[in-house]
Amino acid sequence: MYHYTDFDGAFLKERNAQFRAQVERRIDGSLTEDEFKPLRLMNGLYLQLHAYMLRVAIPYGTLNGRQMTRLADIADKWDKGYGHFTTRQNIQYNWPELRDVPDMLDALAEVNMHAIQTSGNTIRNVTADHFAGAAADEVADPRPIAELIRQWSTDHPEFQFLPRKFKVAVTGSENDRAVIKAHDIGIQIVARDGVIGYKIIIGGGLGRTPMIGKVLHDFLPQEDLLPYLEAIVSVYNLLGRRDNKYKARIKITVHENGIEDIRARVDERFALIKPLFTGIDQQTLARIEADFAAPDFKTASEAPYHHARQHDPLFRSWSDTNLAKHKAPGYAIVSISIKAHGKTPGDATSYQMRLMASLAKRYGHDELRISHEQNVILPHVHKEDLPAVYAALKAAGLGTANIGLISDIIACPGMDYCALATARSIPIAQDIATRFDELKLEHDVGPLKIKISGCINACGHHHVGHIGILGLDRAGVENYQITLGGDGTQDATIGERAGPGFSADEIIPAVERLVLAYLNLRAEPAETFLQTYTRLGLAPFKSALYPETQTATAA
Amino acid sequence: MPKPFTPKVITANALLEGDVIYMSATGWTRDLARADILTDEADADLRLIEAAAQTDKVVGVYLADIKDENGVPTPVHFREDFRARGPSNYAHGKQEAGKQEQF
Repeated sequence: MYHYTDFDGAFLKERNAQFRAQVERRIDGSLTEDEFKPLRLMNGLYLQLHAYMLRVAIPYGTLNGRQMTRLADIADKWDKGYGHFTTRQNIQYNWPELRDVPDMLDALAEVNMHAIQTSGNTIRNVTADHFAGAAADEVADPRPIAELIRQWSTDHPEFQFLPRKFKVAVTGSENDRAVIKAHDIGIQIVARDGVIGYKIIIGGGLGRTPMIGKVLHDFLPQEDLLPYLEAIVSVYNLLGRRDNKYKARIKITVHENGIEDIRARVDERFALIKPLFTGIDQQTLARIEADFAAPDFKTASEAPYHHARQHDPLFRSWSDTNLAKHKAPGYAIVSISIKAHGKTPGDATSYQMRLMASLAKRYGHDELRISHEQNVILPHVHKEDLPAVYAALKAAGLGTANIGLISDIIACPGMDYCALATARSIPIAQDIATRFDELKLEHDVGPLKIKISGCINACGHHHVGHIGILGLDRAGVENYQITLGGDGTQDATIGERAGPGFSADEIIPAVERLVLAYLNLRAEPAETFLQTYTRLGLAPFKSALYPETQTATAA
Repeated sequence: MPKPFTPKVITANALLEGDVIYMSATGWTRDLARADILTDEADADLRLIEAAAQTDKVVGVYLADIKDENGVPTPVHFREDFRARGPSNYAHGKQEAGKQEQF
């Protein structure tokens, strides 16, 4: 874990004091809403449909038990006893009152947390592989450079008024769990002949114009990282369009100018600014890397784990879906599902947060992660302790064995909370999960990612869902469009639109028809939904979705 | 012939708590049923200007289309329906007891 310096602490304290004064001036009428809005957004405070919403950054999704406990305390004291984990590894509070927000920010600062740059046209919270530092398939832990980028981008004077928001994701593994190709900048740590470097991908993004990122540099030397990133954002800052909000993201800049042109401009800018980086960034990185040293992994017997697998079918089912391979012998990565069937995806109660914090302290080297798929991870748990961890999770409604399955749905807040939404997402996610739980089919169906967005901005990543659902307003009625075959991994693919949308009543049966069609179409049980789709294409799934059309044509 | 004027209510969010509020005969209310139904365009525009001037109490004032159902304003669009009712996944906001009183 990164340890805040005196500078970090003083910076947050001053920033929070400034915001407290700004809130006071808004309440006493000295500031109009037009004057106050950019100030509150810089501090993560939105005004949503029914209330304010405070978006707190969880940098690269990493936090410790004390921080998670504080998030629970804040939920109890100033909100409604829960928090919502988001696809940018943040947590959102849906019901804060304006007067309380400065106190909430002070409470966060006490545990080295903040809400800075969780909104606005700035470089947003840097996301990372949620298995960082634990995954068996990792070249290097991506969090040190994520922290370096956080420090560099926070309050960066050149980048406070970019043409549009700017999102950076980092992974240290070829298996991309951080959707780096759908980010403004995606960084993959790679090794060549034993030397570490970075593959830099730019111009990816979802939203209204989904694009897969393009490789700008295939092996950037370590010491060039910050000057190179600064060159990219600098080129975008000047070249990116400010005349049209919908064409302002770097994906459009890259698309309109071409990757070659952008590369030439970045190289030119890089040559100019590189000498200004005197090596302090590398000294800082070295200090950060020390903070992220792996914990002292223990050696213990795996017998309790094997015993529980043999004798407890529920534990076996959970360990089949919710564990991933750890780099240390005897250890596992535990994904805690925040997707109990019928509940709101990503919502954890304060009780659940405290429980997860205490499990992390007791069994998990005091580390937790938030995944972009809205689940919580205990990255380092020895197999010896898994039966105890599972028992505690299950008792708190956190033992759902569904990671990567059909009910492990990403859903944005949609029109239940969001002022931008055009339709609801949460009830659709709840109904799909409940329906497939009733059918008892999800383990038979196997890996299947459903992702739901309540508007075209695609916070729910629907374009990269194997089944994507986009909620729209069609003539004053909620309408849900389906895309198929999307993929958010290293093989990133934008899903293909299946056809006309469905009403709120029709969408659950439509998804059910799709999944049943897959079960009939798959070559063998091991062939996943995505593999079947890739093999057969849209046509057979389209017939399942629109049976009436088929009948009409045949007649 | 000019287009007939769709009845409207004045709505906004409360500055301090963010809740959806409406203009009634006696001031702001959390309850759409108590909102004043505006049927005259010139009157609606004037009332909107007056309401929007209360910048130390409210945020984002606008006119929302409604249907007049025997004197009770009812949302035309589903977004206004959700604003008037609150979220569908929890009984929070307006669905909590005691939240319908005068603002």
